[in-house]
Amino acid sequence: MYTLNIAIVIPFIVALFIPLLYKKFGRVHTGWFVLAVPVALFIYLAQFIPSIARGEVYFSEVPWIPSLGINFAAYLDGLSLILALLITGVGSLVVLYSIYYLSKERESLGHFYVYLLMFMGAMLGVVLSDNLMVLYLFWELTSISSFLLIAYWYHRRQSRYGAQKSMLITVTGGIGMLAGFIMLSTMTGTNSIREIIATIGQYTDHTLFIPAMLLVLLGAFTKSAQFPFHIWLPDAMEAPTPVSAYLHSATMVKAGIYLVARFTPVFGGDAVWFWVVSIVGLVTLFWGSFTAIRQTDLKALLAYSTISQLGLIMSLLGLGSAALYFDEATEATAYYSLAIFTALFHLINHSTFKGALFMVVGIVDHETGTRDIRKLGGLMTIMPITFTLAVIGSFAMAGLPPFNGFLSKEMFFTSTLRASELSFFSMETWGLMFPVVAWVASVLTFVYCMILVFKTFFGNYQPEKLEKKAHEAPLGMLIPPVILASLVVAFFFFPNIIGEYLIQPGYGAILPTFMEANLPDYDIAPWHGINTELLMTLGVVGFGIVLYRLWPSWSGIYALFPAKFSLDSLYNHTLMSVERRSTSLTNRYMTGNMYHYMVYIFIVIIVVVTGAIAYTGAFRFDPSNDAPISIYEAFIAVVMALTAIAIPFAKSRLTAILLNGVLGYLLALFFVFFRAPDLALTQLVVETVSASLFLLCFYFLPEWEKEKRKRKIKGINAIIALSVGTLVTMLALSVQSNRLFDSISAFYENAYELAGAQNIVNAILGDFRAFDTMLEVVVLLIAGIGVYVLIKLKANKGGRDVENK
Amino acid sequence: METMMSVLVGILVTVATYLILSKSLLRVILGTAIMSHAVHLLIMIMGGFSRDSSAPLLGEEAASYTDALPQALILTAIVISFGVTSFFLVLAYRTYKELKTDDLTKLRGHDNDE
Repeated sequence: MYTLNIAIVIPFIVALFIPLLYKKFGRVHTGWFVLAVPVALFIYLAQFIPSIARGEVYFSEVPWIPSLGINFAAYLDGLSLILALLITGVGSLVVLYSIYYLSKERESLGHFYVYLLMFMGAMLGVVLSDNLMVLYLFWELTSISSFLLIAYWYHRRQSRYGAQKSMLITVTGGIGMLAGFIMLSTMTGTNSIREIIATIGQYTDHTLFIPAMLLVLLGAFTKSAQFPFHIWLPDAMEAPTPVSAYLHSATMVKAGIYLVARFTPVFGGDAVWFWVVSIVGLVTLFWGSFTAIRQTDLKALLAYSTISQLGLIMSLLGLGSAALYFDEATEATAYYSLAIFTALFHLINHSTFKGALFMVVGIVDHETGTRDIRKLGGLMTIMPITFTLAVIGSFAMAGLPPFNGFLSKEMFFTSTLRASELSFFSMETWGLMFPVVAWVASVLTFVYCMILVFKTFFGNYQPEKLEKKAHEAPLGMLIPPVILASLVVAFFFFPNIIGEYLIQPGYGAILPTFMEANLPDYDIAPWHGINTELLMTLGVVGFGIVLYRLWPSWSGIYALFPAKFSLDSLYNHTLMSVERRSTSLTNRYMTGNMYHYMVYIFIVIIVVVTGAIAYTGAFRFDPSNDAPISIYEAFIAVVMALTAIAIPFAKSRLTAILLNGVLGYLLALFFVFFRAPDLALTQLVVETVSASLFLLCFYFLPEWEKEKRKRKIKGINAIIALSVGTLVTMLALSVQSNRLFDSISAFYENAYELAGAQNIVNAILGDFRAFDTMLEVVVLLIAGIGVYVLIKLKANKGGRDVENK
Repeated sequence: METMMSVLVGILVTVATYLILSKSLLRVILGTAIMSHAVHLLIMIMGGFSRDSSAPLLGEEAASYTDALPQALILTAIVISFGVTSFFLVLAYRTYKELKTDDLTKLRGHDNDE
């Protein structure tokens, strides 16, 4: 009954045992043990296809923190199933590929497969979670495991840079997303996505609705490498190629797509959502394809093409959300929902051909030692199978028949054309932009696909530039891309099988009302007759060939975008300047000079306390209750004040010590006036002992020198000192004038009855509040030990080394 | 009386603060000693002052006694500040012996401490 939850946890459990297997069975490639996990999960998930296609959903919940509404809730519907099958299916192939790609002898396989399984489990958790907080948990786990995988070759500087960059960007987005989730949760009072979808209608006017939407989108855009957050993806190509194929083409970057699709029923139909998602998608689509052309590294080219294709899917999701603008599900409103259907179709297609392409590039890299287009060429006859796979993948990506990319690209054109017919969201003015951008980006896509195939496999073979002698890859390495490439072709010829069994239920999960109304039943067909879309595709091919032919003559256009002004340099610059500035700021106020810290402390005290007094109007001066001053007291007070003032001006240390002693004795006299015999006694004794201590120590200390400071600093010190003194006086006066209630001391006058003592002060010290006294004794003890140790211990050079005795 | 004592406390605090802000370690320690005098006096006057009341000794059989609680608090405070001051003094002594300076602007840790 909890099988779904268990399925999510299984990769984590197996990951626990990987180091053991790696150590114990070192002779077998660890990947073989790992392979069983995604295969088993794929078979398990595939069983759900027929029932999900009938419209059933599966839900199971394990309580985790019920008091906070956080439960490990697994939910399987059409959308989750598509992603879960991609994760486990492509996962199986990637693990198989990695067995041949990563050397058993040279690589630390234990680490690799632990990270990979962790990622797989986290990714399954993302797509199968119904609880917002659990979804976030798995979301961050994918960020962390992807961080670990990118930096797998951690001795390379570029790997660490790429890992840090992707971590910073995706985690920033993730935290934004968490904030959005919390807003959603406070708005609707539940953490369950299904319940939020059911009740969101009441909250569309809520003040948190738009912020929550934008924050969730921030998370999705950073994860899915949408403009301008796409910059981490090309740098993540420092990861081993199986990782790039898995994480950065088929799964992790689809997490953002999944999130947008999942939240389309929540936010869809809103103009902000429609515009933000569509525009960001289109910009990413264009920018990714435009930048991919200039790349000379095959993996970087594929990275930008991934960005571009993700932008395509994202824009489709944005366009499709227009269907939710209407409250009713009718033929007319469902007309726009083709975009959603296309997005899911292209999502699957992209995973197949991009996975295959990454594996192809990995093979080229593995067998020639380089991925640089300028060094490669003429590999067609040397690596015929790899070449075939590359052609299939690239042509599918370019949108040519007979490959699945053709179908989704045609549908993409149809969707953008339909979107331009919208009569709301001010689409009358802007609608035409969509098909135009789509078409231009498709031309560029065609160009880089051709570069990928022709620059690598045609032309002259240049063995002198290659590190290895090129040869065909081993069979095991070819099997996974062959499977993916066959799917690419199979989807073209039998698109309606996945259309009916996978995409239709997924579509239903995003637009449930249309599904219930059985609207519309999309049929994918390669041939629609001669229509606008076909003409657009022909135009793409025609212009693409022309541009490819003339590529050297227009490559100068990229000089308009120098590296200095790129988003990467903006990122680097921001990171560096933030670090530099915070360092210089810290160095400026953390001077290491105690004087400065004391000045800060005193100024804060002055400002805060004066501010509080002024703000509350607490200052009072009411001398009416004062006791009269006798001549003795006045005389002693004046002497005491003069003594104190004289200390800073004292010429020798002896004078200063003696003046301090005078202060102490005068204080004792005041204690007499205040009728405190015990205090007077103690003060006399303590002052005598202190004075002798001072004298004793000062004997060893340097001569009392005149304060050598600049006049200005002295002035500042005097001002601070005066302000502190005035403040204390003000406080003392205000407190005396604001007596709110009587003292509790009347109770202590029962000292004789309660404690058998006639001296009240001693009764308090020894009986009523004896804890204070006990701890005060401890303080003295510790001080005594400290003094003893300081004098005796000589752990320094020259002296006896007590520490190491 | 209380007003005059408050002003006296203010003067003591001013002098103590000024000494704490100086460069020499000795002056800082002296400043803390004066600061504790000021605080003890402050606690004392907060307890109030009355010419009619007698010392807090029950044998006096007086009509009213001065507040005994602040006296007990000050007694504790005197002993603690004495302990701390003596520790401080010895610390200054050791510092000077090891580092040959009592100039606080020079006592800034080692350059390789960071």
